[in-house]
Amino acid sequence: MLDFPKWKVWTIFLVIAVGIVLAVPSLFPKSQVETWPSWAPKEQISLGLDLAGGSHLLLEADAVDAAKQRVAAMEDEVSTELRRDPRIEIGDVSTANSRLSFMVRDPTQLDAAVERIRTLTRPVALTGARDWDVAVVDQTRIVLTPTATGSANALKQAMTVARDVVRRRIDPSGTKEVTVINEGDNRILVQVPGVENPEALKKLIGQTARLEFKLVDLQANPQEVAAGHAPAGSQVLPMASGGGAIAVKRRVIVSGDQVTDARQSFDQDGRPVVTLKFNTAGAKRFARVTQENTGKPFAIILDDKVLSAPNINEPILGGSAQISGNFTVQSANDLAISLASGKLPVKLNVVEERSVGPDLGKDSIHKGAIASIVAVLAVIVFMLLTYGRFGVYATAALIVNAFLILGIMAMFNATLTLPGIAGFILTIGAAVDANVLINERIREELRRGRRVLDAIETGYHEARRAIFDANLTHVIAAMLMVYFGSGPVRGFAVVLLIGVVTSFFTAVFFTRMLVALWARRSRPRELHI
Amino acid sequence: MKLLKLVPENTNLDFMRYRNVALVISLIVTVLAIGFTAVQGLNFGVDFVGGQMIRTTFARPIDVEQLRGRVEGLHLGEANIQEFGGPTTYQIRLPRPGGGANAANLAAERVKSMLAADYPGSRIDSVDTVSGKVSEELAQNGAIAIALAMLGIAIYIWFRFEWQFGVGALLTLGHDVAMTLGFFSFTRLPVDLNVVAAILTIIGYSLNDTVVIYDRIRENLRKYRKMAILPLLNLSLNETLARTVVTSLTVLIALGILMAIGPEVVFGLAIAIFLGVFIGTYSSIYISAPVLVWLGINPSSFVKNEEPDPTAKAEPQRV
Repeated sequence: MLDFPKWKVWTIFLVIAVGIVLAVPSLFPKSQVETWPSWAPKEQISLGLDLAGGSHLLLEADAVDAAKQRVAAMEDEVSTELRRDPRIEIGDVSTANSRLSFMVRDPTQLDAAVERIRTLTRPVALTGARDWDVAVVDQTRIVLTPTATGSANALKQAMTVARDVVRRRIDPSGTKEVTVINEGDNRILVQVPGVENPEALKKLIGQTARLEFKLVDLQANPQEVAAGHAPAGSQVLPMASGGGAIAVKRRVIVSGDQVTDARQSFDQDGRPVVTLKFNTAGAKRFARVTQENTGKPFAIILDDKVLSAPNINEPILGGSAQISGNFTVQSANDLAISLASGKLPVKLNVVEERSVGPDLGKDSIHKGAIASIVAVLAVIVFMLLTYGRFGVYATAALIVNAFLILGIMAMFNATLTLPGIAGFILTIGAAVDANVLINERIREELRRGRRVLDAIETGYHEARRAIFDANLTHVIAAMLMVYFGSGPVRGFAVVLLIGVVTSFFTAVFFTRMLVALWARRSRPRELHI
Repeated sequence: MKLLKLVPENTNLDFMRYRNVALVISLIVTVLAIGFTAVQGLNFGVDFVGGQMIRTTFARPIDVEQLRGRVEGLHLGEANIQEFGGPTTYQIRLPRPGGGANAANLAAERVKSMLAADYPGSRIDSVDTVSGKVSEELAQNGAIAIALAMLGIAIYIWFRFEWQFGVGALLTLGHDVAMTLGFFSFTRLPVDLNVVAAILTIIGYSLNDTVVIYDRIRENLRKYRKMAILPLLNLSLNETLARTVVTSLTVLIALGILMAIGPEVVFGLAIAIFLGVFIGTYSSIYISAPVLVWLGINPSSFVKNEEPDPTAKAEPQRV
């Protein structure tokens, strides 16, 4: 028992010192920590959104929209490919049921059409499977059906792009502490601390921002348009302001893909507008089409809704354009951010939202901190009353344990949540268990008539097995919670897991060292415990 | 200084004498708890059934019935309105709306604009909206986490001890989980993700108790080869009694303080664990120990593969 080598003492003190040093930054406000000298540790425990206030959004790809967009993109590719020389005329195009189906007008060209369309499909797996199945039905009709692996692959790529787009929209400057990560196959998790207004955030993220410029179809019959019918080559789109619908040509003049920059600004009359800049190809096309159609209206379309349909007063040659359409400064700014960040490759729906106001968060952390301190003090008093000198050791272990938990959490940059505080308090309560086991065992051995040092030695030795088994079951439970749990369960389990490990260290090694150092010095003949 | 001794030295309580009575009571209560939960169901929070929950603080005390009327005027389904924490803080819960994935989101927005318009100066403290699909997944993951935790722990104990101990631990856990669910069903306290964390903690805590007692039983089985099983269990329970009481008390002290002055949001979590400490302590004495008798554990079955322990004494020191 008394044989406690120097190297062990030093190792234990070193571990504790490192723990305390790591824990210290978390006890000070962030602004203050940032002014510390460069050699000082600055890693802090990050506060969960329930404590700091903020928004947690889980976005899910709209499966229907994803399938629709994919077919629409394929339709584009097919018509572009078949229009090239030698041209193959097609008709009766349908994209219903996420399949692309069309008729080849000249049956003798069918094989050539199939051949050329096959080149548009891409291999997706090592087995040679492709992303679309091309089949001929009824002798004249070609049907393209997306394969499962192809769709999955496309979704995966879309989600990666969507994640980056969402990130650029929330945080154009890249300075806020936002989390934007892919979750599973079709979800994106967004966490933004300290958000006052989650609605604005959701609007900003939710906008697909598919921007298109198309010519207005002036030949269309207004009554037909009102009934939703458009001439061949045109489509009917609703006005964004809610007032009626308008027929536009299907051909896109320029799309948002060719936008290089978008900003909110004001027009001559002081109304908020969005100013766009196009890349070279876009600028060229825009110039040519506006030259050919001066005097006619064109439509500015955002997510299949017409924002406005102004007349082309003069050719737009400089490669920049202005979008107007009943904007406020805020909505113009949001649109500018959405356009500059690129369009979302797939529509995203909010499937889970948790927002906490900053005031509630502050209140929670305040109450949580006070409850933690009071709980620790109460447990300390209880320990001192119950075990006297050994209660002092248990108390020292408790305090060191608290620092170690904070230090380890800061080291891994773990997030402290409200259930985490509950986990912390529980760990404090349970951490004394190891010392209780040891101390009760020592009492027992003394009652059996062993001498003091012998009783202490046996107490530590015999209790260790029980402590180990009991804690390991806790570790198993906590690890499963970390792995399978979500949100609060995980926040709770992380603290519990760290707490179990540190309490094992403090109870078994640290208090034992304190006891050994004391016993070596004073050689006690009797022990009050 | 005179030290506090909550448990007198050398207690010799005959725990096992009442084991059959305890068994019958436990069985009845467990069946009742399961039955009650099955019939009455649990008051699942938005985490598990979807829907939205909005917590709001008003500038001054308000008329709850008027608020209820206004919320119901939005036609979003039956609203559940509860005071939460203080007289100006309320929790408005709405069922999961039909419609697309965005429906829950839009419903919450309508409530918020109503609050802003009708109650100037009110503050939205938190908004939780969970869609049907996500809530189903959360419920499923929660159930998986609880089931796996129980199984994982039982397997560990089987390896560290003997299969009888593993079975005993599993039965004990089943008992504890059934009791906790029964309690939540009875009190209609909302069951959310925090409660899953609580149940997992109860499992861990109860196991902690059980393992400490099992450890002592195993030790005594090796020490006192000739002792009958019932006195041996009694001896082990008495020897660990002081520890059981002191540890339970410290945890209860900490949790009691959390319940009394901690943030309202963790009240459900704290009360579940508080209750679990009692259930866990009871079950580690009256379920996990007697199970060993029924499974026919005795010194020879346990130590047959091991060398005789040189420190073992032939006679028990006290019984």
